[in-house]
Amino acid sequence: MQRVLIVEDSNAVRTFVRGALEDEDFQRAVGGFEVFEAASGFEAMAQLPRGPFACIVTDINMGDINGLELVNFIRKSEHHRTTPVVIISTQSSERDIERGLALGANAYLPKPFTAEALQAVVQRFVAPGEG
Amino acid sequence: MADFGSDSSEKKEEFFSEAQEIVDGLGKLLLDLEGAITESRIDPDVINEMFRAVHTLKGIAGLFGATRMSGMSHELENMLDDVRMGRLDLSVAVLDLLFKAVDLYTHILLFERGDAPDPEHEIAKLLSLFAQVTQPDESPTSNIFTQYDLDPGMFGVLTEYEEHRLKSNIEAGLGLFRLRVRFSLTILDSALEDLKKKAKPLGEIITYLPAPSTDESDFENLELDILMSSKSDAALIDRTLSVEGLVVNPVKRRAAGGPPPKPQAPVSRSPLPKIGAPPSLPPPTIAGPGRLPADLMPETRAGTPKAPPAKSGRPGARTSMAPHAPGQAGQFVGKSAAQTTVRVDIRKLDRLMTILGELAIVRSAVGRLAERLRGSVEHRELGTELHRLHRTFERQLAQMQNGILEVRMVQLGPVFDKLQRGLRAISREYSRPVNLVITGQETEIDKLIVEELSDPLMHMVRNAFDHGIEPVEDRLSVGKPEVGTIALNAYQKGNHVVIEVEDDGRGMDPKLIIASAIRKGVITEDESREMSARDAYRLVFMPGFSTKVVVTDLSGRGVGLDVVKTNISKLGGIVDVTSDVGIGTKMTITLPVTLAIINVLIVEIGGRSFAIPLASVEEAFVYEPTLTRNVEGREVLSLRGQSLPICHLSTLFQIDSFDAEGHDGRKFYVVTVAVGIRRLGLLVDRLEGQQDIVIKPLGKSLKSVHGFAGAAELGDQRVALVLDVAAIVEEVLAGDQSRYLAMSGDGRI
Repeated sequence: MQRVLIVEDSNAVRTFVRGALEDEDFQRAVGGFEVFEAASGFEAMAQLPRGPFACIVTDINMGDINGLELVNFIRKSEHHRTTPVVIISTQSSERDIERGLALGANAYLPKPFTAEALQAVVQRFVAPGEG
Repeated sequence: MADFGSDSSEKKEEFFSEAQEIVDGLGKLLLDLEGAITESRIDPDVINEMFRAVHTLKGIAGLFGATRMSGMSHELENMLDDVRMGRLDLSVAVLDLLFKAVDLYTHILLFERGDAPDPEHEIAKLLSLFAQVTQPDESPTSNIFTQYDLDPGMFGVLTEYEEHRLKSNIEAGLGLFRLRVRFSLTILDSALEDLKKKAKPLGEIITYLPAPSTDESDFENLELDILMSSKSDAALIDRTLSVEGLVVNPVKRRAAGGPPPKPQAPVSRSPLPKIGAPPSLPPPTIAGPGRLPADLMPETRAGTPKAPPAKSGRPGARTSMAPHAPGQAGQFVGKSAAQTTVRVDIRKLDRLMTILGELAIVRSAVGRLAERLRGSVEHRELGTELHRLHRTFERQLAQMQNGILEVRMVQLGPVFDKLQRGLRAISREYSRPVNLVITGQETEIDKLIVEELSDPLMHMVRNAFDHGIEPVEDRLSVGKPEVGTIALNAYQKGNHVVIEVEDDGRGMDPKLIIASAIRKGVITEDESREMSARDAYRLVFMPGFSTKVVVTDLSGRGVGLDVVKTNISKLGGIVDVTSDVGIGTKMTITLPVTLAIINVLIVEIGGRSFAIPLASVEEAFVYEPTLTRNVEGREVLSLRGQSLPICHLSTLFQIDSFDAEGHDGRKFYVVTVAVGIRRLGLLVDRLEGQQDIVIKPLGKSLKSVHGFAGAAELGDQRVALVLDVAAIVEEVLAGDQSRYLAMSGDGRI
């Protein structure tokens, strides 16, 4: 089973993202994957060795290791350098988003987003055969 | 109002509870910040944490369609961004707006839940105030970073904020260092937290960058590249941080203008065999074991701009969001790393409590069975065994009940924080300084009670400020300290929590109160003659009584203290007041620790069972009709020199009781209940005994029935109504409150 990692320090947002990704119709459409959560950059670092992940969805603005640092790490890591990364963040940090994309993030989804919008982006990475 | 689709009530709850948590946290940070401003040492981390909190709030509000909240958060976030980026001074005016914003958030949350009117107007007003203070200082930013040999790989990963912190630290003339450290993933967060704490006295950690290890099969450890600013040198940093395997390298400053910096050799605590060149650092071949490249960029870049003079704190009101200097050691310690708490919907606990209540019924059934078996000759042994099991069952159930109750308990701290913010606002509004002294904020009380507590308490604090604390000149003339003090004290006392609001103000003069009460028609002159000082204080809680006319000329506002009393009574609590003229006033709230389980006295009226909360029961005794008198149409009993009005519950509830059939030699009982200092004797047919019950609401259809707080199952499958003693006392004694106070002594009537 494929795995998707959500890195986000807000419970409410994680719940929202998980809900969108675990939607039954969506799961059926993409052939199913398991959702993992990390509530901080630290937790993400600890989760990464348990990969590979089909896709990593991350916030930028986090207290410890932030999303940019995470993207940077992923792109430089032997094991994860090809893992697609989706940045979810609010528009206020445009410069940070630019940096995220420059560092190698594959997509950026501005908050607030709908469940459908998130599904559409993630679908590109978890169901490459159908894209 | 936020629109949440169907089947999303749990997500919605998640949103509300997280939003509330963030708002509470913001309030706390603000208070910290205010304290820090007064001592002019502001931790940039606190500002950044506030920014992040609002940022998160905006994010979740957007996702959950709470547009009022996301709208305000957007503006607030911009303002905080300006502050943390040093574009806006953290002036007192800005701080005021932040306090207002936190309070408005609470209102907005209520609105999003559908419990308050649309705060559109208030938000618009606040936003216009934001616009007034936000005139960002758009001074052109020189590229100060070129002074340093900063690795573009690291630089490119800095967030805008980190970049800003780096800049202010460079501007302040601090040196830069790169640290390389390796931690086990399992302890990463605590290790970094520890490192940050140790680094604080020396300077500021700008960023830490997880660096892919050269040994990718190493899943246990993580290497981190840390950028730190400090006034100290590499050796001292290494000594202070004292981490196994730490490598500290100064980042070289280009020689431009000032004297060339002393070359500093990399310091290494011990060789790091596994560290290779950090992949982000060109050229990749420099590093060897134990050494990291200090020169990360060629030093030959042409046209290095001249270094601007290092600013050490700007003049004027620009509060020093200064880089950490030595001596500010550990003033602000980061939040503890690991949070091991879960949030639980209180309704889930209620469900558990209900199940527990049902288990208790099973328990008593088992108990009865055991007794029956013990009573029979052939099964006595079996009975004894079952009895033992039953006792164990009982004990475990009690423990479980305590466990669930404990989960419901929350500390009073956040409520007190809110009061502190409120008091701060009015103190500034009237330009009258006041100290707030808080003790016992760790006292725990039922979450449901806490939610209803902040309004009445705010009212009392406000009252203490308005009517208690005198103007400065008055205080000085009687030799009091210029700044008045309001104390909030909380402590647990048995099954109750006591909260005191005390001020060192002018106190209340019973004579003035009585005079005013007569003028307002609250009491008659006749009644006033019999009033003690304590009776007089109680008058301030009467509807239609306004203390401000009596004891102060300060223009008052809002409703009277009677609302406070009503709200506290609804929670099963009582309010009391004592005062000394010229010295101060103390109002005391006594509340039950929990609303979930109450200890009751079961009584019988006309063959039906009723429960009287034991917290309100003073005593019970056999009724002697011969000892009662009739005073102004009310049956009154003389009890130890005091008058106790009697209420026949059968009459009040219109139940055919033995009582109504005439006194044919049967015994009746009087249960004395007290609410605050008012007492009433309730006449009942029989006393059944004491019991712990799980109280359940009567439901919507019976909402309008007064006198009952709820219903409870009694274990033997009977249901009893639980009396709302406060409401009954209120109803029965309405109109002659002043008469039946439980006064300590003289028994006047």
